[in-house]
Amino acid sequence: MTKIFLAGLAGIALFGNVALAQVNEKAPQGGSMTVTYKDDVATLDPAIGYDWQNWSMIKSLFDGLMGYEPGTTKLRNELSASNTISTDGTIHVFKMKNGIKFHNGREITAADVKYSIERVTNPKTQSPGAGFFGMIDGFDSWNAGKGSELSGVKVIDEKTVEIKLSRPDATFLHVMALNFASIVPKEAVDAAGEDFGRKPVGSGAFKLAEWTPGQRVVFEAFDEYHRTGVPKLENVTFEIGLEPMVALLRLQQGMADTLGDGIPPAQFMQVMNDPNQSKNVIEGGQLHTGYITMNTRMAPFDNVMVRKAVNMAINKDRIVRIINGRAVPANQPLPPTMPGYAKDYKGYPFDPEGAKIMLSDAGLANGFSTELFVYNTDPNPRIAQAIQQDLSAIGIKAEIRNLAQANVIAAGGEPDQAPMIWSGGMAWIADFPDPSNFYGPILGCAGAVQGGWNWSWYCNEKLDARAAEADSMTDPSKIAEREAAWRQIYVDIMDDAPWVPVFNEQRFTFRSDKIDGDGTLFVDPVHIPVNYDYIFSTQAK
Amino acid sequence: MRNYVLRRLLQSALILLGISLVTFILLYLIPADPARQIAGRSATAKTVANIRAQLGLDDPVMIQYFRYLGGLVQGDMGRSYLQRAEVSVLIAGRLPASLLLMVSAIVTELILGLTIGIIAALNRNKLADQTLMVFSFVSISAPQFVIGILLLYFFSIQFQLLPIGGYGTFAHLILPSLTLGLLGAGWYSRMMRSSMIDVLHQDFIRTARAKGIAKRQVITGHVIPNAILPIIAMVGIDIGLFMSGIVVVESVFGWPGIGQLAWQAIQRIDIPVIMGVTIVSAIAIVLGNLLADLIVPWIDPRIKIK
Repeated sequence: MTKIFLAGLAGIALFGNVALAQVNEKAPQGGSMTVTYKDDVATLDPAIGYDWQNWSMIKSLFDGLMGYEPGTTKLRNELSASNTISTDGTIHVFKMKNGIKFHNGREITAADVKYSIERVTNPKTQSPGAGFFGMIDGFDSWNAGKGSELSGVKVIDEKTVEIKLSRPDATFLHVMALNFASIVPKEAVDAAGEDFGRKPVGSGAFKLAEWTPGQRVVFEAFDEYHRTGVPKLENVTFEIGLEPMVALLRLQQGMADTLGDGIPPAQFMQVMNDPNQSKNVIEGGQLHTGYITMNTRMAPFDNVMVRKAVNMAINKDRIVRIINGRAVPANQPLPPTMPGYAKDYKGYPFDPEGAKIMLSDAGLANGFSTELFVYNTDPNPRIAQAIQQDLSAIGIKAEIRNLAQANVIAAGGEPDQAPMIWSGGMAWIADFPDPSNFYGPILGCAGAVQGGWNWSWYCNEKLDARAAEADSMTDPSKIAEREAAWRQIYVDIMDDAPWVPVFNEQRFTFRSDKIDGDGTLFVDPVHIPVNYDYIFSTQAK
Repeated sequence: MRNYVLRRLLQSALILLGISLVTFILLYLIPADPARQIAGRSATAKTVANIRAQLGLDDPVMIQYFRYLGGLVQGDMGRSYLQRAEVSVLIAGRLPASLLLMVSAIVTELILGLTIGIIAALNRNKLADQTLMVFSFVSISAPQFVIGILLLYFFSIQFQLLPIGGYGTFAHLILPSLTLGLLGAGWYSRMMRSSMIDVLHQDFIRTARAKGIAKRQVITGHVIPNAILPIIAMVGIDIGLFMSGIVVVESVFGWPGIGQLAWQAIQRIDIPVIMGVTIVSAIAIVLGNLLADLIVPWIDPRIKIK
């Protein structure tokens, strides 16, 4: 969901053999940059913010126990100095660094960690991220509003926290690096009440200096930030209310330094064909897959032969051309940059003749009529038309239902509403760089419920059991084994073909000459559009 | 007079009540569940149910409506689902920018529209008249986002005279008010032209000329004041037109008013904000119409209110 349900870790250029970004220690501090956005910032409360825009802003205002090396998806200790895992994988102990301060000057203690995690999981907070913490012991009763504390989180001493899990979970450290696990000061939350999202106090590299709704948000460097020499910039200004096209004009005139909403599709080729402009465009991968779901509970898509035939009918190269090559064709649910991606898997070939034969084997030689639901903003209706043509070539007559985003999501969440959905504009982008994140809500049985995100209503209990088993491999020495287990799960899903994986979007960040830094910082997997903390100004002395 | 105003205010209150009911029910019918939107995609069904209960979304629609109405009369418009801030605060923070734009657009359209109308009427069926009427035709027909972007392209990019969108200085105000004012200028120039032509054919004008008053004096002293009367009454009604115009114009120019707020809220189905902006716009339109009806007899005593 590009806008509403963003998730954090989009781009990931470097997983596997992780090379650390060349963070330029000698880069000068000072200067400023301007980022443009169309929409107002919804909130800067780390327990609430969950969209494209505020995700990276919150990253610069707040810290959690865990974080990522700049420009990569490699976990690192952030507010924690060290962390240990018990042999059964259920007890995590975090030792915190000394002398780390909130923006209000108070030193952070272990009690703040307990408070922050209890806050995000408290049902009264209504956090969209509460569900991520489901593996913590005592979560179910605390999240149901029972009891006086989240029992799994214990303060051992001033600087030590112990977190007990109800089951071993290999993704737990990634969860602790999510914005939702940011540490917040209780006194500031209490003082601001429901307006904490407008008066954020964290311990990040920047603090909020100004917020004028509809106009601008300004960050200024936090002098007492716990990493010396960071941030590089003195100020980051977010200019709000600029249509993407107007924003591009501003960047071209030297009045903006990067485009929060990206290069507008209509101007993309113009920018890329001009060497003076395209030299400032940095391309990176994204943890994104665009797919067509087929509702496995609605005839004739309850027949696996029909789903396979549709997989063979779609011309993915043509769809990639429709969006000016801003993506690569996909053949499986995981994107290529995600650990667990099956490089050798060939997927279903584009073969309309073979698809026709398969349809007639399924007893549908004369084809059938169905509906394709699609989010009504460009380029999705155009992509839907391409899909419609591909389907009609094998005798399937698909009527396109162009709807507002919320309506498509609502239809997908009902068992008998949407036979087919093109996921564009709502597609899954991983919250963290782990293969499990593409399974549960969108392909697992847990998501195949009313109001869920598993729009294929695909539920394979054997795979669910294998997924649970893979996620219990918390031993660091079993990383490769776990990855292989996940790889096989996704390949086996394709045998049941609940989706047509269509493409994986690429990211293109346009920057001005006034800001610089290692290229990976501009397609940072966790910071979209860019990593504000490490980029520097070429005009700083 | 007092009875008339009271009656009209009562009518206005009923109209607003009707608008609020219809809008509320329409928004209720949208097949999007606000609780799911707040809960996000990783939420369990239990979390969603819990949020729904907290927001009172399980109650029947009429109960929800009366609860909203109860808050509304106390000035409480609820909290934005997305921004999690008071809707009344969000709207109040943006009203000054919209009002400034509206006043400036009214000034623009009156100056442009009346001037064009007068020139056209005095040069009836000549080249100047025909050219100006084509201009007014174009300005009425062209979509505002096209005009806005064209103005931006020429004045901000090509000639670099004015800022590329934004808010703050007088320079920022020029293009948005021009874009918004051009549409009205088109209407007013046509109305002013025909109104002028009407008056020019009246007996008292011929009498004035026959008395030997200079043509120039007749026009400024008799024709224009008489021709302008029906136009002034239109300004109040115009507010409705502006309310739809500012949604487009504020988005193009990044103007931080309630139009921009409405557009963002609609795209993300932020129901309390959509509801709040609709109510505020409806109040503005109803008051505008009332004002227009009250102004007319004041400036033209020949018209009596009953």
